Amino acid sequence: MTPAPTANLRKLIARHRLREQLFTIIGLLALLIGLLVLLGLFTQLAVTGAPRLTPEFFTSFPSRIAEKAGILSAWVGSLLVMLVTACTAIPLGVAAGVYLEEYAPKNWLTAIIEINVMNLAGVPSIIYGLLALGLFVYQFGFGQSILSAGLTLALLILPIVIVATREALRAVPGSIREAAYALGATRWQMVSHHVVPYSAGGIMTGVIIGLSRAIGETAPIITIGALTFIAFLPTPPVTGEFPFLSFQWLKNPFTVLPIQMFNWTSRPEEAFQLNAAAAGVVLLVMTLAMNALAIWLRYRIRRKIKW
Amino acid sequence: MLNPGRSRSRRLRERLIETLLFLAAASSVAITFAIVFILVKEALPLFREVPLASFLTDRQWTPLFDDAHFGIMTLIAGTATTTAVALAVAIPMGTVIAIYLSEFASFRLRETIKPILELLGAVPTVVFGYFALLVVTPLLQKLYPDLPGFNMLSAGLVMGVMIIPYVSSVSEDAMRAVPMHLREGSYAMGATRLQTAVRVVMPAAFSGLAAAYILGISRAVGETMIVAIAAGMQPNFTVNPLEPAATISAFIVQVCLGDLPHDSLGYKTIFAAGLTLMLFTLVFNILGYWLRKRFREIY
Amino acid sequence: MVELAVNLFDDAPRHELAVAALKAEARNLNFHYGGFHALKDISLPVYDHSITALIGPSGCGKSTFLRCFNRMHDLYPGNRYQGEIVLYPDNVDILAPSVDPIEVRMRISMVFQKPNPFPKSIFENVAYGLKVRGITRRDEVEAKVEEALRGAALWNEVKDRLHDLASNLSGGQQQRLCIARALAIDPELVLFDEPTSALDPIATASIEELMLELKERVAILIVTHNMQQAARVSDHTAFLYMGEVIEFNDTKKLFTMPDKKQTEDYITGRFG
Repeated sequence: MTPAPTANLRKLIARHRLREQLFTIIGLLALLIGLLVLLGLFTQLAVTGAPRLTPEFFTSFPSRIAEKAGILSAWVGSLLVMLVTACTAIPLGVAAGVYLEEYAPKNWLTAIIEINVMNLAGVPSIIYGLLALGLFVYQFGFGQSILSAGLTLALLILPIVIVATREALRAVPGSIREAAYALGATRWQMVSHHVVPYSAGGIMTGVIIGLSRAIGETAPIITIGALTFIAFLPTPPVTGEFPFLSFQWLKNPFTVLPIQMFNWTSRPEEAFQLNAAAAGVVLLVMTLAMNALAIWLRYRIRRKIKW
Repeated sequence: MLNPGRSRSRRLRERLIETLLFLAAASSVAITFAIVFILVKEALPLFREVPLASFLTDRQWTPLFDDAHFGIMTLIAGTATTTAVALAVAIPMGTVIAIYLSEFASFRLRETIKPILELLGAVPTVVFGYFALLVVTPLLQKLYPDLPGFNMLSAGLVMGVMIIPYVSSVSEDAMRAVPMHLREGSYAMGATRLQTAVRVVMPAAFSGLAAAYILGISRAVGETMIVAIAAGMQPNFTVNPLEPAATISAFIVQVCLGDLPHDSLGYKTIFAAGLTLMLFTLVFNILGYWLRKRFREIY
Repeated sequence: MVELAVNLFDDAPRHELAVAALKAEARNLNFHYGGFHALKDISLPVYDHSITALIGPSGCGKSTFLRCFNRMHDLYPGNRYQGEIVLYPDNVDILAPSVDPIEVRMRISMVFQKPNPFPKSIFENVAYGLKVRGITRRDEVEAKVEEALRGAALWNEVKDRLHDLASNLSGGQQQRLCIARALAIDPELVLFDEPTSALDPIATASIEELMLELKERVAILIVTHNMQQAARVSDHTAFLYMGEVIEFNDTKKLFTMPDKKQTEDYITGRFG
């Protein structure tokens, strides 16, 4: 039987405790440094960009004179590209997610598709840009257009939408599926009447996160050759005469916000760097707002639904 | 009332829908094939002009000069240097933050920090590029006046900060997945939180931590805008982070910014560079996937 | 294991050691999980060189009580102790805020419900507590590990593969490894929290046999949901219900002639 702890053991414990406390401080410091550095950088961006954030900044075209330059063509371009991306990625991604979660048999083909989706999520965005350059721009002849850019970003965020859809579907308990079948529903009725509507919130979360990623992407858009100096707007999608809708804009050259920011950042004149900061603030506010919305949505779903 | 005709048409409709859904899922495989096909198809003509041996061993990358050299190692050196700088920041910081959040922080602090980390992962990289070139480089120049305006150090540092959320979030998940009874076993022996974290939780979460680091590497290798903006786009065979150099991805951006006719030499080189990049990320992805699968299977 | 089979009416003198010194004593112990009053005014002695069993229906607080002895509750926020647990011979209240829970855990070790070997080798598992105590001399560590493994009746099975991963052992072997791990630091009291509930009957029997050997060296406090097990191995038994000690007695007395009606109802299977 050992005697009660000796003074030596007490000293050892004290030393262990000291190390533990030291680490607590280091951990907190690492966290704070990480957050403070980013906060400092964002503040710098906001302070630098603030003087340029006037209403005219949003309603002016880019210009050779920094003070007169704005982001009109860039945000309109971003909006239209996102429209194409959303219209492609959401149906395709949700359908793929539904298939993998609700239909796919457990076989090698399904396994390959699953591994492939994981792998696509890890492919650098610039590679998607090269794919688009070779395929959409030249092979399909879409040119350096809004259509090419929108499709490129749709492919880029497809894995995000698929994974989010699957996770949302998985959260619906099996008893709901059985209940639908028990009432004579077919598989598609079970999926389209019950499982998908019940998981719509979770799917939305993934879609928003995907779109926020797409809106900030620069590299693949550069690769397909988006122009940076666009002093006009694309053809309006709504026209005055029959059939009132025009898809001419899909073929138009364009620029987007991150490209505009990249262009201004790369200029040596300081006046343009202020514009870059202002564009950065707009971009940052947009992506962070979208993500915050998604996180809030997910939090709400978790609290609301109790299966 | 059973109606055989209606039942047949319903079955037909179900089959049709299932086929459409399958095609949607299979399209993801088609994307992978398209990527590989396009990269190989467009890069192949280059290898008819440049022998593979000189592609791999030449120490210069000057494809658009009259005296053209095609040594991919030049671009790989740039990629490796910026990646190494980024990991030197992201792995220690990300791991310490993960240990802190998983083993030390209160529930409330953890639940507050995790969404913030997630938000930071969504910041567009072009914004980070702006920081690297216009904020961090001037700061570094105050400490070291000889630093050129474009340099790999600043790009790597900012890239490291960008990657911290990925590394810490995956590491934290892996450590949280270690069952509580293992920790209790350690505490019951008189271990402190730190001893438990380092000697029991981290070894138990090893493959998850490794997957987190691999994810970090994969992000750093493929990252484009930060290096294109802040590290300079001129190929330069060096591993000195204080110098400017182009990474694989930055070179692609540089070529694409210029006029790029189809079938030009520049056009072929970016696909060769892209193919190299794709091979690297593929290796890291497979490794990461395998490791993640392993740590899920343990418990 | 025939000799361990239930024989509640065995007249052999089982309690020569019952007069042994007190090892620990809970005095008016109250415990709260947040707003839940889990233990109500518990007073209970734990004798040296003997086995004290805690029985009672699920949720009666027996595990909660056990985990007070090595301050495991300190790991989670919102838990509150009142009263004291005095450890002898030095007469310290191990629940006092001034006492370091780590020091307590170095004197009182614990074996858990589910075998929880660390994802390390067999050797490293047993040596872990020594490492934590700052014992690093190779020969000393090796000697202690061997002694502990022998003490846990595992040495002969693992001596040729000490550097294999502990997770390769069978469930019963893993639990004996956890016992060896607990023994290596020379504890004064070992807490067993339903140590056989995840094991098959053969492994259970060997753990029970081991506990009977161990009480020659240390005091043992065991939580069990298995009344036969309490009857087979323990010297004293406490019956807990709704966070209170209903009855504490010599095991034989408690199982044959309980003082309280509630105890009798429980051991005869009328509830719980």
